Amino acid sequence: MIYYLCFVVFLIGLYGACCKKNIVKIILGLSIMEYSVNLFFILLGYRKEGIAPILDRSMEINDFVTKAVDPIPQALVLTSIVIGLGVLSLMVAIAIRLYERYRTFDITEMKKLKG
Amino acid sequence: MTNLSLFVAIPLGMAFFIPMVSRKIKWFPDIFGNLTTFLLLLLSLKTIGTETTYQMGNWSAPFGIVLVLDGLSCLLLIIINLIGFMATLFSVEYIGKLYTSKLRYYSLFLLMIAGMNGLVLTGDLFNLFVFMEIAAISSYGLVGFGCQAKELEASFKYLVMGSIGSSFVLFAIALIYGRTGTLNMADIARVIHIMPFDNLIYFSFVLLLVGFLIKAAIVPFHSWLPDAHPSAPAPISAMLSGVVIKTLGIYVITRMTYNIFGFNNLISNILIYSGVISMIIGVIMALIQWDFKRLLAYHSISQMGYVIVGLGLGTPLGILGGLFHLFNHSLFKSLLFLDSGSIEYETGTRDLNKMGNLVKKMPVTSFSTLIGSLSISGIPPFNGFWSKLIIILAAVEVGRPIIALWAVIGSILTLSSFSKVQRYAFFGKGEKFEKEKWENYKEVPSLMQVPLLILSILCIVGGFLAVEGTNGIFAPVIKVLTGGVLPYIAKVLRF
Repeated sequence: MIYYLCFVVFLIGLYGACCKKNIVKIILGLSIMEYSVNLFFILLGYRKEGIAPILDRSMEINDFVTKAVDPIPQALVLTSIVIGLGVLSLMVAIAIRLYERYRTFDITEMKKLKG
Repeated sequence: MTNLSLFVAIPLGMAFFIPMVSRKIKWFPDIFGNLTTFLLLLLSLKTIGTETTYQMGNWSAPFGIVLVLDGLSCLLLIIINLIGFMATLFSVEYIGKLYTSKLRYYSLFLLMIAGMNGLVLTGDLFNLFVFMEIAAISSYGLVGFGCQAKELEASFKYLVMGSIGSSFVLFAIALIYGRTGTLNMADIARVIHIMPFDNLIYFSFVLLLVGFLIKAAIVPFHSWLPDAHPSAPAPISAMLSGVVIKTLGIYVITRMTYNIFGFNNLISNILIYSGVISMIIGVIMALIQWDFKRLLAYHSISQMGYVIVGLGLGTPLGILGGLFHLFNHSLFKSLLFLDSGSIEYETGTRDLNKMGNLVKKMPVTSFSTLIGSLSISGIPPFNGFWSKLIIILAAVEVGRPIIALWAVIGSILTLSSFSKVQRYAFFGKGEKFEKEKWENYKEVPSLMQVPLLILSILCIVGGFLAVEGTNGIFAPVIKVLTGGVLPYIAKVLRF
């Protein structure tokens, strides 16, 4: 059930990126899309009453494997958050310079390239 | 036996080393940027005919990240590094005159090459996503490199559409990981073919396909390309159009459909229909353009349609046609974009109406543009003719002659579009031709002429690569792709 909700958040982000006219709202829509995918990834690794995937000296290894949550999605999400940060900083930098050139944040005003 | 991680490590290291050193030493970025790409070109030529894997950190296949080199990766490595070397040779003078910051340019450029090299070599799905993002983010920055209004608008458009595509891909990777429990591409292939194909696998395949078709600029996902390619500096346009849409788009789609998910009738039809639509719409939109680089960008969409049709046909002849056209297109399209760069260097404009009679003042540029135009239109004996002929023959062989008819129509319209370029820019006069400025034009500096001449010679000779026999480079590629899923699994998971 929660996985469908993650997809709904993804679609909300997609709506924001496609149908909004303000550049800042487009950037927010793209960020929401990326967050929803990260959330989906983390939820994949969940296990009911699981423990953190850190191996103690005192723990039996089979016991650990049956109880721990999956560590791979956590590693993937770390990478993905950093990539999202890079893209976000580039987007905001371009948006600031676009405001300096066009004097507006409205994308319907930025029509110099057409045809 | 080349260490495969060098292809990623060398440009990545130089990309961070160049800005550190070159604030004091002014000549450093040029010389070391060119040396890096030349070294990568030699390394990639050394890998022809070998098939190796390399385990990062000595973790073996399903647990760690593996770099896989087979025939398809070898072909794309050669394309990436050859066009990269030509573009860096061209950039020495071009960026010096028209843009400001050479060290940032070389740094982003080498990052882009590192990302693309890593993408074609990797055998792990999430690693593919990471390298795709490295290459894509560097290209978003490079498109908006001259920070004028039009370039920033184009860069933002490209950024938004590229990020939407990447989010689709990441969602699909999450779904595939959730279903199969592994990220290694060969292992995913093995698990998918044990379990029945249910809706989840279809859904994730559709998301992957859409994400990568956005990167490959196939109609209906192409709308970022006609804005992004003209706005970039000319060597970056050559790289974007000649390499990036091929590795980020076509290579990954090929790897997904042939080696992981398995090729069947449904995928074949999807690729063929989207390819034919791209062919025709691209070339029709190109007929009405007066901006030289925008015209070339629309032709890129059209030629990518040819490649997708060739790959979608599925027979060995079709695959040969599609991949040979990929190779040829990177040669002549980057040649044409570098030509447009040299025209822009000399005349300061991209508008075909303002140019005229350039054959008298710029002979080398005119010669190479003529060769590029004849190659892209498919005139014998240049290389475009052979690859288009193979695609048309493959379409007829499968029993779908309508595709061949559309390919021929596209080729005729391409020829007419480039006749327009030749008439307005080189052998005749545009409507707004300015004679006083024309008197002062001279040929571009000789370092910029070198890549133009090398690419022209490769266009002339490249046709004979197919006639000679497809051994060496193309036969291993066809073997990899027609083998399908099982040989790929066997090769990677052997370790």
